[in-house]
Amino acid sequence: MKLRDDQIERYSRQILLPNIGGKGQEKLLNAKVLVIGAGGLGSPCLLYLASAGIGTLGIVDSDKVELNNLQRQIVHSVNTVGKSKVESAKERLSAINPDAKIISYDARLTSANILDIIKDYDMVVDGSDNFPTRYLVNDACVFSKKPLSHGGIFRFDGQALTILPGKFACYRCLFPEPPPPGLVPSCQEAGILGAVAGVIGTIQANEVLKYVLGIGELLTGKLLVFNALDSFFRQVKVPRDPKCPVCGANPSITKLIDYEQFCQIRKKEA
Amino acid sequence: MSIKVRIPTPLQKMTQNKTEVELSGSNIRELIDDLERNFPGIKERICDEKGKIRRFINIYVNEEDIRFLKQDQTSLKDGDEISIIPAIAGGS
Repeated sequence: MKLRDDQIERYSRQILLPNIGGKGQEKLLNAKVLVIGAGGLGSPCLLYLASAGIGTLGIVDSDKVELNNLQRQIVHSVNTVGKSKVESAKERLSAINPDAKIISYDARLTSANILDIIKDYDMVVDGSDNFPTRYLVNDACVFSKKPLSHGGIFRFDGQALTILPGKFACYRCLFPEPPPPGLVPSCQEAGILGAVAGVIGTIQANEVLKYVLGIGELLTGKLLVFNALDSFFRQVKVPRDPKCPVCGANPSITKLIDYEQFCQIRKKEA
Repeated sequence: MSIKVRIPTPLQKMTQNKTEVELSGSNIRELIDDLERNFPGIKERICDEKGKIRRFINIYVNEEDIRFLKQDQTSLKDGDEISIIPAIAGGS
């Protein structure tokens, strides 16, 4: 693969970087990354990945753009309110960088479709907004040995962890099972500061870029926690749990689980 | 003895919105009891009816997860920094 002149110009500021160069840029253009959720985390992540020249970007989301999304979901705009989020994101990303081939999945992930959707990608980014999807994504990535960037946000707090299945801790090594319904507010009822999504979604994009380029040190085996109110960052260790129910020595989970949706607000709407 | 404890957002309602509090205790069990003395009602958010730390909440002494140390018997010393970190699922 040879970089075109316009590509050399477009990516010049990162081609200049030591450890990247033309070779690194080719790696990015050949990479296939799946982003789950075109929301608060997915928006900044997708914008940076498309801009950096990730060649194939898959986007999974089953929602439509609403006006109340625009406070933080910066890939969308007033012009796409009412459209599907995957189409809205595709329009914006294609306008920024026609090099990026965008594949959209206007669907909700379940045990029936997830393995097929993730199978052709080099890495998965979890920017979903509920525990059932997060555990489904983790387990599917462990079964498929797919690298996964996990990010979570809640009000002023954020967390990020990078998972290389079989080598480093998975999400269940950190939290073995989802909380029971009702104990943890998990979605719309909680509220979120848009910039918190920006911080964590951008860290996830950075993890993908480092993984694809093979540079630096990933957030593997350590959880990054962030609090926006006092600009506090800390890393804590996340060792592999030998008793992990999905990636431990004697796993009790050997097939995918569709946990009940337990977001209170969604339940009321249903 | 003074031990700094980071309080996660979901529990800050119970600590008068403080993100960090200073407590004492020679181990995690005593620290949680001291937390409850200062902020009544917070213990049942962290521990189940049997007093066990809930599975979607982890407690760290400095960088180490107490599940891989001596759980709530993990001993503490002056200057230790404790983080209470719950699973959070938001992203949209």
